[in-house]
Amino acid sequence: MWAVFFQILAQILAFVLLLGLGIFVGGTIERRHFSKLVERESQYRDLQATTGRVLPGRTQLSDPVLVHGEVVISVDYFKRFAAFFRSITGGRFKAYETLLTRARREAVQRMKQSARAQGANAIINVRIETSRIANGRGDRGIAGVEILAFGTAVQAR
Amino acid sequence: MLISNVETIPGREVREILGVVTGSTVRAKHIGRDIMAGLKNIVGGELVGYTELLQEARSEAVERMKAQASELGANAVVNVRFTTSSVAQGAAELFAYGTAVRVR
Repeated sequence: MWAVFFQILAQILAFVLLLGLGIFVGGTIERRHFSKLVERESQYRDLQATTGRVLPGRTQLSDPVLVHGEVVISVDYFKRFAAFFRSITGGRFKAYETLLTRARREAVQRMKQSARAQGANAIINVRIETSRIANGRGDRGIAGVEILAFGTAVQAR
Repeated sequence: MLISNVETIPGREVREILGVVTGSTVRAKHIGRDIMAGLKNIVGGELVGYTELLQEARSEAVERMKAQASELGANAVVNVRFTTSSVAQGAAELFAYGTAVRVR
């Protein structure tokens, strides 16, 4: 009788602990990442990136190199828990939106970083793709989302 | 070997189209990485091990595509596309394809 009670208590404690870790540690990591992103984005602002094939005002493009940046990101325990409730009520789910935005901005930054390392000053035809990297085993497995950003880095004059 | 994801090579002229070239690789990370990723799943955030895995694999796929292109006598690959699919637990297939061309 007591054994069952303690077992249930332990399970509830573990759940609350995981939830707390998700909220506090996950939240802190996210905020820190966002502020770091803002800083890095300002460093790479002069490296133009476009989804089109031409850069306005630049007529000569040369020395193309294919560049890519990728990130695999996973959701925290709290967000997954919240997602379950959100799926009942439906509607906008902000916790996942911020996660994906974070990953996309990071992927674009990595692509730009690699372009600058190759001596390019612009990137044309940028594409961003998202794919799910699951690890099977239903919802117990490791679920992540991969964001890939790629484009052609060029010397623009 | 020049690679671009536009139809042409900027600053060059495409003389001849030699056909579609592909490169692919299937990769998995060792169990230690999977355990680390499982722990990371609690707090969320980037799964560095998996990012590295895909980065390496994608470069490998591009290298294979380049090798195939140079076998055809091409000196550039245009219109390159990437696809990713997870084929099994913890393993991912990275696929790159494009058009091998000769440019001047």
